[in-house]
Amino acid sequence: MSGFAWAFARDLRLAWRHPGETLMVVAFFVLVASLFPLGVGAEPQLLRRIGSGVIWVCALLAAFLSLSSLFASDYLDGTLEQMVLSPRPMIGWTSGKIAAHWAATGLPLTLLSPLLALQYGLDADTVAILALGLALGTPLLSLLGAACSALTLGARGGGVLLALLALPLFVPVLIFGAGAAEAQASGLSAAPHLSLLGAGLIVGAMALPPAACAAIRIALD
Amino acid sequence: MSAIEATGLACSRGDSRLFRDISFSLAPGEWLAVRGANGSGKTTLLRCVAGLTRLDCGEVKWNGKPVREVASDFRAAMLYAGHAPGIKDELTAAENLRDALALRGTRPDDAVIDDALKAVGLEKHRRIPARRLSAGQRRRIGMARLTLDSASCWILDEPLAALDSQGESMFAGLLATHLQRGGCALIATHHDIGATPPREVRLTP
Amino acid sequence: MAWSYFSSPATFYRLARSLAPWFFALAALLAAAGLYTGFVVAPTDAQQGEVYRVIFIHVPAAWMSMFLYFVMACYAGMSLTFNTRLAAMMARAIAPTGAMFTFLALWTGAFWGRPTWGTYWAWDARMVSELVLLFLYIGFIALANAFEDSRRGDRAASLLALVGLVNLPIIYFSVQWWNTLHQGSSVKFTGSTMHVAMLQAMLLMTFACWMYAIGATLTRVRSVILERERRTRWVRAL
Repeated sequence: MSGFAWAFARDLRLAWRHPGETLMVVAFFVLVASLFPLGVGAEPQLLRRIGSGVIWVCALLAAFLSLSSLFASDYLDGTLEQMVLSPRPMIGWTSGKIAAHWAATGLPLTLLSPLLALQYGLDADTVAILALGLALGTPLLSLLGAACSALTLGARGGGVLLALLALPLFVPVLIFGAGAAEAQASGLSAAPHLSLLGAGLIVGAMALPPAACAAIRIALD
Repeated sequence: MSAIEATGLACSRGDSRLFRDISFSLAPGEWLAVRGANGSGKTTLLRCVAGLTRLDCGEVKWNGKPVREVASDFRAAMLYAGHAPGIKDELTAAENLRDALALRGTRPDDAVIDDALKAVGLEKHRRIPARRLSAGQRRRIGMARLTLDSASCWILDEPLAALDSQGESMFAGLLATHLQRGGCALIATHHDIGATPPREVRLTP
Repeated sequence: MAWSYFSSPATFYRLARSLAPWFFALAALLAAAGLYTGFVVAPTDAQQGEVYRVIFIHVPAAWMSMFLYFVMACYAGMSLTFNTRLAAMMARAIAPTGAMFTFLALWTGAFWGRPTWGTYWAWDARMVSELVLLFLYIGFIALANAFEDSRRGDRAASLLALVGLVNLPIIYFSVQWWNTLHQGSSVKFTGSTMHVAMLQAMLLMTFACWMYAIGATLTRVRSVILERERRTRWVRAL
């Protein structure tokens, strides 16, 4: 069993035993997305116009909320040290943890997005592109967030500091993800956006776990 | 040939130097006690040898080769237990033990795991989430791991903390068996474990 | 003379003290020359009138903000690779000056934008990237100071600086892309052929800012060194 499989299975089992994290993320997503129409008015044209952007921002914020718990509990109870000191290469189990984090947060958000899209009256094609964009973008958010979360392990000013570091990194993902859905809505092709997101995901999947590993080593020093 | 050889270790925490010019060697079959007052750097020394904390200067050798070069071999042969017991609250004692061993590369059967937990007196608590176990009971899960793991070098930070006298004698027995098999141990403790007093590394602040 | 001689904080401390005033003096001279050229010698712009003159502060500040970030990231890289204390201290010393220039660029940019294009803020790639750069600086300073152990703060912030260095061009290009889609108010710098006096003024001001930045960094690094090395003999002897 590789380090990836070990960490993935373990973290999923932990998330299953303690589903509060996933439920909170999902609840936050739905809640905030429902706040927007209350704030800007429920005119169908307007909602259709802002729908994909709003849903993306809400998904981004919901994904951000779950980041602090990615390494924090392992750091506090000493299991992170054991993982670093194990003979398994760090990259394996770090990637496994990030993948499990996405499965417990980003994936539910992606699956739930069509329901929220209904609230905003988006048409079927746009909804599909929105969900596809989220499917590509949320793993990238988990990867970026993992590196930032590892950097801030044990730091003062926790959540706000993490926001300061992570949200600027999220900006390109938001631009291309929401851009894809909007392109589809205005009749243009969403392919360039989605392919850039996909390329970003591939590069991120290769480059960000090592950055997270370096940050974890710094945190345990 | 000594298993671990440390020369001229020095480390600082924050802006203050904790210890400098610490050297020792550890041969198979013996254990070394790291002693010193609170805050003198015992934990940091152990973490430096284990490879978690960066040294300011000095070198640690494993079987004659610098640890840097044989890092994965060293990590496979070395077991570190720090202050935090490395136990997940949401998992049961048996699951924690199984995960900890799988991380280190061993996958024993359920029967073996159950036997190990029985040997440390946790057989009735196998299926209870660790959150509901006391600190001493969590330490015992760590001891069960020590029995099942194949590591030849133990680096332990205050292993007797939170253990009752039964637990302490259990640990002394574990250590004796480990040393008999040719293992070695670097232990930060102010106790004398076992019959013969060990060699010491004393840290002064 | 081996350069590594200067990597000892004690030696660098003395060197910085002797060099800093020269840089400040140079900065003052260049600034005087630049401002004179910019405000007195350069002609009034045909389209924008007198208000355009704010670019003599805005553009050098923007260039400096990006250049200083690059230098800071280089020091960060050095401190992570070679584990030298002084490189990390230099990175920390640069950050506040860099943040100041970024803020100045944004502020003067808004000041310029209002009379010229009718808006304080435009969502174009340059302005958004400059704003993100400000967050990167603030994030760096916050992270570096968020830990009890200052060495850990150094290393975490250095890693952040490097990640930000990669991220900044990505953000720039993604916002540029986004702009072409949304047809937002595109802010273009009018006057591709600049009067030679304008160019001179901008270059003078850029060098002035650069000299100031060096002087400020050298001064600041001295207090960082004092703080860090406060338990060593040479500091106690001061």
